[in-house]
Amino acid sequence: MFPTPIEKTPRSWQLTYQSLLPVALIMWLLPLIAVAVFSIKPAVDFTQGNYWGMPSSFEMFNNYGQVFFNSDMPRYMLNSVLITVPTVIGAVALSCLAGFALGIYKFKSNIWVFFMFVAGNFVPFQILMVPVRDLTLDMGLYNTKTGLVLFHIAFQTGFCTLFMRNFIRALPIELVEAARVEGIAEWKIFWYVVIPLMKPAIAALSVLIFTFIWNDYFWAVVLTQGPESQPVTAGITSFNAQFRAAYHLMSAGSIVAALPPVLMFFLMQKHFIAGLTLGAVK
Amino acid sequence: MTNAPAVPVTSAPQRGWYKRNEIAVTPWLFLAPAILFFAFYVIWPIYQSIAISFYDWDGLGEARFVGMANYVELMDDSAFEVSLWNNLKWLLFYLLAIPGGLFIALFLNQTVTGIRIYKSLFFFPFVLSQVVVGLVFSWFYLPNEGLLNGILGLVGLGPINVLGDPTMATYGIIAAGLWPQTAYCMILYLTGLNAVDPEQIEAGRLDGAKGWKMLWYIIIPQLKPATFIAFVVTIIGALRSFDLISIMTNGGPFGQTRVLSFYMFEKALSEYGFRMGYGAAIAVVLFLIMLVFIAYFLWSMWAEEKGR
Repeated sequence: MFPTPIEKTPRSWQLTYQSLLPVALIMWLLPLIAVAVFSIKPAVDFTQGNYWGMPSSFEMFNNYGQVFFNSDMPRYMLNSVLITVPTVIGAVALSCLAGFALGIYKFKSNIWVFFMFVAGNFVPFQILMVPVRDLTLDMGLYNTKTGLVLFHIAFQTGFCTLFMRNFIRALPIELVEAARVEGIAEWKIFWYVVIPLMKPAIAALSVLIFTFIWNDYFWAVVLTQGPESQPVTAGITSFNAQFRAAYHLMSAGSIVAALPPVLMFFLMQKHFIAGLTLGAVK
Repeated sequence: MTNAPAVPVTSAPQRGWYKRNEIAVTPWLFLAPAILFFAFYVIWPIYQSIAISFYDWDGLGEARFVGMANYVELMDDSAFEVSLWNNLKWLLFYLLAIPGGLFIALFLNQTVTGIRIYKSLFFFPFVLSQVVVGLVFSWFYLPNEGLLNGILGLVGLGPINVLGDPTMATYGIIAAGLWPQTAYCMILYLTGLNAVDPEQIEAGRLDGAKGWKMLWYIIIPQLKPATFIAFVVTIIGALRSFDLISIMTNGGPFGQTRVLSFYMFEKALSEYGFRMGYGAAIAVVLFLIMLVFIAYFLWSMWAEEKGR
């Protein structure tokens, strides 16, 4: 193990390390801690210039209550859910199919189709912006959740297919060959042999895509407007315009908006990290 | 018996065709939905954007072909020049996430109690959306209410208005972007460090390699796959920077924090007018820059596939 395990180092360094850890963590998260403290302060603290001191009164319930019951925030959150969940299902389904095709079958254009997905996944959003906005307008889906979902599914399919294909490549191909010898139809091999083995990949990818889509801002701004379809990342700017300079409420709003992916991460940590670091080791 | 039904004779080769070609046809059936979606929403729009860049178009009326005029105009557009320089700054300074991530990973690669919690809390900024990161940092930088100036005040410095200063603002935004990006690189390196061969480390120790030498000659070469991925995601992230700029400065002050992705959006879809053709031309330039990296990434992947 590198660096030298702490148990094998002098006692003095062990103690230094143990006390360094929390200090480093607090410094690392400092901007966030400041926002968390802001979000439980009363408005009067800001007018009186008590920015970084102890809150003069504990207003957590009031501030968060305002966010939940006195703004469009719940609506934006619901929109985010209704955009994120179908996208996750769609992109994972499409990429399971495509990843199976690219991972199992050997045909001439295999690597080119694969590279098309990989390259498309790296493309800057701006080169797609004008035509995609136009397409969405032409289909009558501008400013609808459906329009956003369809685009997200298509775009995420690039990354998801890359992920699934590499995962399937690492599975023992002998299982598929054995099933073929038994004369089992190809789609049955997919459904009964390969899909059960892909469960960890499906879990990892779902958590990742959930986070990516929840946090998307660019496409939300390009394809939607207004509280009837905007997700929370775009909605937070209108929220902040509504409560301009009310830092306690803006902080509470941001924390609420950030919460679902954070919960997802802490609950599904193992899958999340497995998904993110696939390929980081040989 | 001369009029025996001819049906079996014709249907047999039909069923036979599918059976004979099952292995060849099935992958395309499985690929069809993904390819259709991807071609419709990603591949085709790239071609369309390139085409639009040769037109003068407000997004509603008739598009007028102007040839290279949009690109010629870019040449003396000072805002475009600023954006290009800023993109370069992003590319360069964003790469600091890689050594930064490695440093934190080395710091946390221990087995003391509670280290798992520390690792996830260090990683946690990556899970936040760029919008929230942008808000958090713009409040952190506030000239009066911000914590940064509070701390600077304690040591007798400041106050500074990071985002209001045309020379400092871009670096302020990049610093905000480095926060989640460093966390991402850290997790890649933590995973990589887990897979480092302990025997090589022992062998190195016996040969007297220590500290920096060990890190440079034994550890870092083994972290190559993690470094490659960290490099890919950091480059892509740097060129995609849009959310932070839009939230933190909206391109200001005096347009000094624009990058190509933001400037394109501003030209094509904002109060500054709907110049779709001009915007598309900016997007094409950004695409060409990205294409250099995409080609390199694909080439590396291809080399690795061949090596298998």
